[in-house]
Amino acid sequence: MTTLSRRTLLQAMGSGALATALASLPTFAQDRTAIRIGYAVSKTGANAGGAGISTIPNYLLWVDDVNKAGGLELSKLGVTLPLEVTEYDDRSSAEETVRAIERLATQDNVDFILPSWGTGSNLAAGPTFDRFGFPQLAGTAVTDMAPQLAQRWKNSFWFLGGGHDYANALVDLLVKQRDAGAINNKVAIASVADGFGIDLSKAATPAFQAAGFELVYDKTYPLGTSDFAPIINEVSGLGVDTFVAFSYPPDTFALTQQSVVANFSPKIFYLGVGTAFPIYPNVAGPNHNGVMGVGGIDPDSDAIAAYFERHTALIGQAPDSWASAVTYASLEILGQAITRVGDLDKAAVSAEIASGEFDTILGKVKLVDNQLRALWTVGQWQDGKFVGLAHTERDASREPVVPKPAWVPAS
Amino acid sequence: MIVLVSLLALVALAAVPFFVGAYPLGLGIGILGYGVLATAWALFSGPTRYISLATVAFFGIGAYTVAVLADLMPYPLVLLCAALIGLVVAILVGLATLRLAGIYFVIFTFGLAELVRQLVTYYEVNVTRTLGRYVFLPIGPEHIYWQLLGLLAITLALAFWISRAKIGLALRVIGDDPVVASHLGIGITRTKLALFSLSAVVMTLAGAIQAPRWTYIEPSIVFNPTVSFLTVIMALLGGPNRLFGPLLGAVPLFLLFEWLSANFPNHYSIILGLLFIAIVFLLPNGVLAAWDKFAARLKNKEARA
Repeated sequence: MTTLSRRTLLQAMGSGALATALASLPTFAQDRTAIRIGYAVSKTGANAGGAGISTIPNYLLWVDDVNKAGGLELSKLGVTLPLEVTEYDDRSSAEETVRAIERLATQDNVDFILPSWGTGSNLAAGPTFDRFGFPQLAGTAVTDMAPQLAQRWKNSFWFLGGGHDYANALVDLLVKQRDAGAINNKVAIASVADGFGIDLSKAATPAFQAAGFELVYDKTYPLGTSDFAPIINEVSGLGVDTFVAFSYPPDTFALTQQSVVANFSPKIFYLGVGTAFPIYPNVAGPNHNGVMGVGGIDPDSDAIAAYFERHTALIGQAPDSWASAVTYASLEILGQAITRVGDLDKAAVSAEIASGEFDTILGKVKLVDNQLRALWTVGQWQDGKFVGLAHTERDASREPVVPKPAWVPAS
Repeated sequence: MIVLVSLLALVALAAVPFFVGAYPLGLGIGILGYGVLATAWALFSGPTRYISLATVAFFGIGAYTVAVLADLMPYPLVLLCAALIGLVVAILVGLATLRLAGIYFVIFTFGLAELVRQLVTYYEVNVTRTLGRYVFLPIGPEHIYWQLLGLLAITLALAFWISRAKIGLALRVIGDDPVVASHLGIGITRTKLALFSLSAVVMTLAGAIQAPRWTYIEPSIVFNPTVSFLTVIMALLGGPNRLFGPLLGAVPLFLLFEWLSANFPNHYSIILGLLFIAIVFLLPNGVLAAWDKFAARLKNKEARA
């Protein structure tokens, strides 16, 4: 039946196990030679796509940047130490995330723990971060519950706002365009039936209605939909100037392509997660210009430009223009808080993060009630950059281009 | 005597949270969780040889029930509701499907998990307009551990009782030959339904008890098909026809997975796949059966010598 004998198989497995056991013997020297950073991120499973774009590259970049600069200075201990990383794969499972953090905290004895990607995993990890007293820098969690969560877990910090922030900013922007006569009153919304899509459409639907817009289409589509022809065909006959899709990455690309194919080119074309990804211009070709989406960056910031360059040099591709810069800024905050405190006291570092003002690639940042409230909420592709059109605190970096250029037909 | 030893073991295990740190306790929760699931799975699938991949459907129903009801009623009542919902679903599903056999049943149960997940998603998206639910209960890891330990003890006691009761015998006859069973006057569907429901209720409770550990519940988190597959492979490794078989599969496999994910985070899935193949290849009837065979061979040798 098989030429592989049991004995050889067992021998092979046995010797393999022995070799790996020897390789992973613990080191006993506990002299402090590094600041130990631990994280469990989704390298496999449903969250791997998001983690691979917004989270993992920034963790790698930050560690690289800090170590190239010689490490972090701990004045109270009189040393400057490099960062040393322990990383695990949480396989996109909440249970794995929780246990990996317990392992990092009690077995690996790391000094600080960085969270996994996504709203769900950050919430699942909340109680565990709290129990061990680690500051939790949630750079990729979008939740309207952030104020309550920060109350509940004093060391948790929320950097990406909630669904209402993004939905309301979009509606405000569209109201201005409508009142200026640039667009008509009709809006179509298609949302993915998953966390992000539902959160945003739940906030957007009433906001659009309150602003007097006519929602001629407001439906969800199931996660994993691959054929968007029915949606685009239906919407294209409704006479809307504004098409909004609270979509996820594969859908964001497919919706763009389907709209081009169907020559449905509304004046405002807004998509969800994925629009700010560096590959979007490659997917959409010349048609990326003028497309709006969630997020954005300041195209005039030298710090952001330098960050894009370093990121591209180390990772091989540019960061996304929404959560990446925010995630990186959250790590800069952690680093600066550690040097200001001067040692690795978790409680003192958390207190500094909560109260201090920090110099980041996003500019000067101070958290409000453990939340980053200075957020780019609406962005648009202009001249190869996903520029911020709306910010919760600052002025827009660019004026919106409305109507967006007509689609260039696919060749 | 056996009862006394079991009780002592139970007391010793119950004392574990007082002596260990967070990480071993987390491991304990994981082991108990899968121990319960594998034992419950074997309750029905062991004697009948119906491979069910619906474990996570019930597990997820339990977790969702807690997420929905936690704020509305006291916790014990929530657990009771979860058990009832699991029971009703199991009876409905059982009535519809237990006439299926072999591969059709496997495919159906896999589809069931996906169906439940999509129904929950549909309901949340279109009716409540929230996909994620928050579970804030004052329940720490040690409470989850104790509850799971209690559930495991009850499940094992039930399994022990069933293996000695008439219904267990009837199930074994059905598993061996359904035609003979029906000629003997055994109510095949009724018997299978009873066991299927019992096993489903235990799985539902396992999900309900573990829900507070995640704080945030959404369909992709609690209806993760990996849970179903791991349960099957654990039960198969240990031997689904023995009382402690599934548990003996769950403990080493869980620890192995943990060791693999700690030491080979980047190759975990590959190693896991190879391992599954190895188990099916080398131990088709489980560790305990293999051990018996091995022991019998030794005896034979001795007898010949």
